[in-house]
Amino acid sequence: MNGMNIVSQKPDAMTDVPFPYCPGCSHGIIHRLVAEVLDELNITKKAIGITSAGCSVRNWRQFDCDMVMALHGRGPSVATGLKRARPEAVVFTYQGDGDMAAIGTGEIVHAASRCERITVIYVNNGVFGATGGQQAPTTLLGEVTTSYPSGRDPRTSGYPLKMAEMLSGVSPDSYIARVSVHDIKNILMAKKAIREAFLVQMEDRGFGLAEILATCPTNWRLDSVQCMERIEKEIIPHYPLGEFSSKRKEAHQC
Amino acid sequence: MLDEILIAGFGGQGIMLMGKLLACGAIYEGLEVTFYPSYGPEMRGGTANCTVVISDNRIGSPVRKFFTCLMAMNQASVDRFTGSVKPGGVIIHNDAAIGSHPGGEDLRFINIPANQIATDMENIQVANMVAMGGLIHVLNTVSLDSLTNGLARVLPKHRHNLIPLNEKAVIKGIEAVEKGSDSRELR
Amino acid sequence: MTVKKKDNRALPGKTLMRGNEAVGEGAIRAGCQFFFGYPITPQNELFEYMARRLPEVGGTFLQSESELSGINMVFGAAAGGRRCMTSSSGPGFTLMGEGLTTLATAQMPAVVVCVSRAGPGLGRISSAQSDYRLATKGGGHGDYQCLVLGPASAQELYELTYKAFDLADRYRNPVIILSDAILGQMMEPVTTDGLKWAEAPEKTWVVRGKGNNPRKVIKVAPHTDQELIEWNRNFKKKYEQMTENEQRHEALYADGANMLVVAFGSSFRIALDSVVRARDEGVSVGLFRPISLYPYPEEALKRLLQEGASKLLVVEANNGQMVEDVRLAVCGAAEVIHYGVGGGYVLTPDEIYDEIIRFDRNGRHQ
Repeated sequence: MNGMNIVSQKPDAMTDVPFPYCPGCSHGIIHRLVAEVLDELNITKKAIGITSAGCSVRNWRQFDCDMVMALHGRGPSVATGLKRARPEAVVFTYQGDGDMAAIGTGEIVHAASRCERITVIYVNNGVFGATGGQQAPTTLLGEVTTSYPSGRDPRTSGYPLKMAEMLSGVSPDSYIARVSVHDIKNILMAKKAIREAFLVQMEDRGFGLAEILATCPTNWRLDSVQCMERIEKEIIPHYPLGEFSSKRKEAHQC
Repeated sequence: MLDEILIAGFGGQGIMLMGKLLACGAIYEGLEVTFYPSYGPEMRGGTANCTVVISDNRIGSPVRKFFTCLMAMNQASVDRFTGSVKPGGVIIHNDAAIGSHPGGEDLRFINIPANQIATDMENIQVANMVAMGGLIHVLNTVSLDSLTNGLARVLPKHRHNLIPLNEKAVIKGIEAVEKGSDSRELR
Repeated sequence: MTVKKKDNRALPGKTLMRGNEAVGEGAIRAGCQFFFGYPITPQNELFEYMARRLPEVGGTFLQSESELSGINMVFGAAAGGRRCMTSSSGPGFTLMGEGLTTLATAQMPAVVVCVSRAGPGLGRISSAQSDYRLATKGGGHGDYQCLVLGPASAQELYELTYKAFDLADRYRNPVIILSDAILGQMMEPVTTDGLKWAEAPEKTWVVRGKGNNPRKVIKVAPHTDQELIEWNRNFKKKYEQMTENEQRHEALYADGANMLVVAFGSSFRIALDSVVRARDEGVSVGLFRPISLYPYPEEALKRLLQEGASKLLVVEANNGQMVEDVRLAVCGAAEVIHYGVGGGYVLTPDEIYDEIIRFDRNGRHQ
């Protein structure tokens, strides 16, 4: 192998277990970004991840740190108990939109309002993936799902929940941002947001949440490329990217 | 021995404090005791009552329907609970608060002008302690010393300066009933 | 008249304590450092006691947004290796069903207190024992089982709560203290100095960040069917061990009695008066009190049947819940009847006495 250099490899914080996700699913990219941040912040040894219900329930096999499985929506509460019990640990949840924005709405709102020193990786693909494509709280208006085959109608099933905006309204000491992973530029920005969502916990500045717009090729019934295009054209216009709450170090001091 | 005591009155008269103090006194006597209060919305405004059971044996039910002694701090309690006093039982009532005695079978009524005595002491708040004095004198189960030992336990720390006043009130109550001026049996 | 010199030593360690507070102090003494819960009558005094007391011992109290969230915080703290507790009453305890099965599946030691009130539905805050089935038979899904203890005095609320933390750690399993409004609200003398100050034992499975060791995973979902089969096999073995080792009961006047009144918690207290009176009048009746409600103390009950008891009067403040366990335990070897009412009314010793006399003379259908 003379003359060859390693230019990219698996982050240390990731195990050798192959991803169980569908081709084109964003979980793989997001997992990698989280693992890269764990590596770069050198926190894998003190990190505890909390899985949620849904496709990502299996990610306890992917991250090479201590992991706890939580039931649907309860991740922020389990994380709260764990962080209070082990303040020296870095605790993060990894939750989908069905988990966090539907059944776990109460838990996330109050964890955010307590500005709990935890990090939430919130993956928003607008659909219940694992259970077969039912409507999520985040499903766009008019979007067809298996539970509303004629499309989401606000009169029968309400409007899409904008969690990042909503949570930033209740969580003064926090870093809350929405990012996307549909192209290289956005992937790099997403990593920055994930990193900051960890730092805000580690520096005891507050609660950290990165909402990441994600794909679900299987339930969207689109191929990978079409999925990325849909995020750009349909999803981002409804779910604008950006920071909604940012408790910087300086701000904390003054 | 078995004393089943119901203490009843208005909220704000210190009914629960009386019950707890009596229970503490019983502990100092080396007796078994349970205290059971009315609780929750039951005690928001209006009436308050509590049950104290004292025995030299293991105590069964903390909740009683019939009592050997009713300490009534107001007229409403006399009206409501006289029927719950066992034959041979005693009703002690806060004279100033009470207008009439309903008829009772084989009951002993004892007046104690607790409000009046407390007013004379220039502190109406200690009417409950005056009544306590009357109650322990009638029961003859808990001594004055045992009862007053309990004051430091049931009063919050910032009220401990009031212990001497409370002791004085208890003694006044005992003396008032000792005179026995107004105790009679009704048939 | 004067007051003699004060004896402020009081009686050694004896304090007048509310049942709910006795639970709290038992927990503190056992090294409980974390309490997560939500207000509900009639357990609020426990909740508030922990709010006051935990900061004094360097612990953490957190009022959760719901019982659902509270018990999941307990899960987190237990996963972190700490001794922790939550408490509620019927309506909130129902919400904890999800958490209880999660704790049992993840094998997390924790203590959960239910101060029962009268149900069903939102019910009323008056006392009842209508959560017996919920506590002993489940509340959550799947083949799981909690240890359940049923204290009957403030002293026992204190001691059994303390004990519950040991049992929880020993079996790596949630333990339920089933109290009720009467026990929770009443005050009785409690001797606290009989028990040593304890703290959580070292636990090898705790997550705190892997450090330089292999990572640990606390799982509530097995990865394969084979794993699930193993889990359930192990759970079954554990529950069998509990059944073998953890049966607790109290028997009073029971040896050779023709009739046994079977009652737990506050109903036992009430029935005690009735049994004493009936015995004074020559009725051959004793009293059997399950202290462990799961496992049900069936061995002791069976033994008493062999010694001559042929009638069991099951007294409970509900429409007939524990009576099912009694029937299962005796398996037709005695006549078993239930006496009790659901919430809203507390049976008196006289009523139970009358029922004893009826049953003694006639049996059930007279």
